[in-house]
Amino acid sequence: MSIHPGTAAKRKAPENQAAAGTAKVRRRSPTRVNPALYLFPLPAVAVIAFFLVMPTLQAFQYAITDWNGFSAAFNYVGLDNFIRAFTKDSLFTNALTNNLKFVLLVVIAQTAFSLVLALLLTKNSRGSILLRALFFFPTILSSVSVAFIWKFIYDPNFGLANSVLRTVGVDGGAYLGNDAQALYWVAITQVWFHSGQMMVVYIAGLQAIPKELYEAAEMDGANKWQQFKSITWPFVAPATSIVVAYTTVQSFKAFDLILGIAGNPPKSSLDILSTRIYSTFANSEFGYAAAQSIIFMAMIALVTWLQRRLLRLTPKGE
Amino acid sequence: MLASLSRRAILAIYAVIIIIPLTVVAFGSFKSTQELFAGPFSLPHSLSPDNFAEVVGGQNLGNSFINSAIVTGISVPLTLFLASLAGYAVSRLKGFMSWAIFGFLVLGMAIPAQANMVPLYVLFGRLGLLDSLAGLILANVVSTLPIAVFILGGFMRTLPKELYEASSIDGSGPWKTYSSIALPLSAPSIAAAAIFLFVIHWNELLYPLLFIQSPGNRTLPLALLSFQGEFQTNYPLLFAGVILASLPVVVAYVFLQRYFVAGITAGASKG
Repeated sequence: MSIHPGTAAKRKAPENQAAAGTAKVRRRSPTRVNPALYLFPLPAVAVIAFFLVMPTLQAFQYAITDWNGFSAAFNYVGLDNFIRAFTKDSLFTNALTNNLKFVLLVVIAQTAFSLVLALLLTKNSRGSILLRALFFFPTILSSVSVAFIWKFIYDPNFGLANSVLRTVGVDGGAYLGNDAQALYWVAITQVWFHSGQMMVVYIAGLQAIPKELYEAAEMDGANKWQQFKSITWPFVAPATSIVVAYTTVQSFKAFDLILGIAGNPPKSSLDILSTRIYSTFANSEFGYAAAQSIIFMAMIALVTWLQRRLLRLTPKGE
Repeated sequence: MLASLSRRAILAIYAVIIIIPLTVVAFGSFKSTQELFAGPFSLPHSLSPDNFAEVVGGQNLGNSFINSAIVTGISVPLTLFLASLAGYAVSRLKGFMSWAIFGFLVLGMAIPAQANMVPLYVLFGRLGLLDSLAGLILANVVSTLPIAVFILGGFMRTLPKELYEASSIDGSGPWKTYSSIALPLSAPSIAAAAIFLFVIHWNELLYPLLFIQSPGNRTLPLALLSFQGEFQTNYPLLFAGVILASLPVVVAYVFLQRYFVAGITAGASKG
């Protein structure tokens, strides 16, 4: 089989004319769609409709009930579950606050850090390629594995961080044990976990910038910072919008990492929306858990929309 | 000069921040608790397999490993198969239908798993899929099908139309064209998607946590999580578990790095 479509088609053409004659009439026009093609997406469409779309729509129905998951009887309670979440349930508002704080921290830190790494490793030298592979590595590990590694780093008695600090004569901290700081330490873990992945997105963006632009700027006497501000940053805007959007969703859903590092259920200083929804579900408050998951979905949509409005990440020069 | 020096310094420091914890875990998995706490950075005294034996046999992680292998081994090809069928149709159909099918399938990327987990749990309960590997396979397929369609369909749309037309002039039906033209030509994007799905399915925690009750049906991430409570500070044992759970992905990463970067980036660039 030829990998050059043009030549394959050309080679076929004369053969076809020669073979035409009798068969020509019966042959279906190649531009008409074969109805059998409609069967191809059917399995995927059925699976998605039945196991993804339907449950999602049902979540809205569950959300206005007080169903406990077992009994046949339940009542429609209107918006009570939503009102309860925002006004009467301090566990939920705590998880919401934690989650928004966590997202904000991780998005800012991870976007900035992965851009720095990408800027330092844009050139395709051997050293750069090796370091990219190393920095990318944590992303492939499971969240529970990463959680265990960092649990040991943060362990106040035997942990890595404090034994390093001890050798230089500094008293270490309690890290995850300190409720005021715990979320920040987990944010650092999250950035370690996924910055390499976002670095790769940025490198692709940086490598697409025409080199002539920098050469011209250099000739005009622009310094590195000016070059970054007026060439690099506007040109990597599409990459930035991918990184910000992806990091947002990723840190909203840091469910596995939190459970691995803080246990199930996590203590309140590390409780985020996804872990709270799971706890509510495990407590067999199905209706209330469904309402919480709808708030969760709305929060992701809202934050993503706000980011787009605030950052106005549209590529310049396009 | 100063710029190049600080560049090297930043890169070196971050390399150390990645390498040190990984080395400590690798070394630590061969140590006793006392040995680890006395010198976390030192080489292990012996390559004693005690921790691994305890984890694999005593804690039954060997069984969880097999469960994970079964689930991932089926759910990845199944997702790829369904996604490539759909992607192929989308690339050949025209106009509204193509757009509508693609849109419907890809829309699911916007729905986080936690959003519909309660109804899905109820549905799986009715279908008798709770506490079974089949249920986990189905959940994996459902949750990653949208992104797989996005990656494969996106790629297949860029294949030259002339190829398909040449094939149908030859009298090949859609199935023949799919299997002998569309699939082989999409190999790079299928490989990238396969890696992406492999990492996600192998590391999946939410669905096992939601559906699995019996310890015998636990996958690796769930079994590891249950260690958390039991062996609070028995880090060498936790580390041996981490190594076991990471081994297949790490081995694949060493040999198929190119596809990893392509696949995981394609997954990230879905926006």
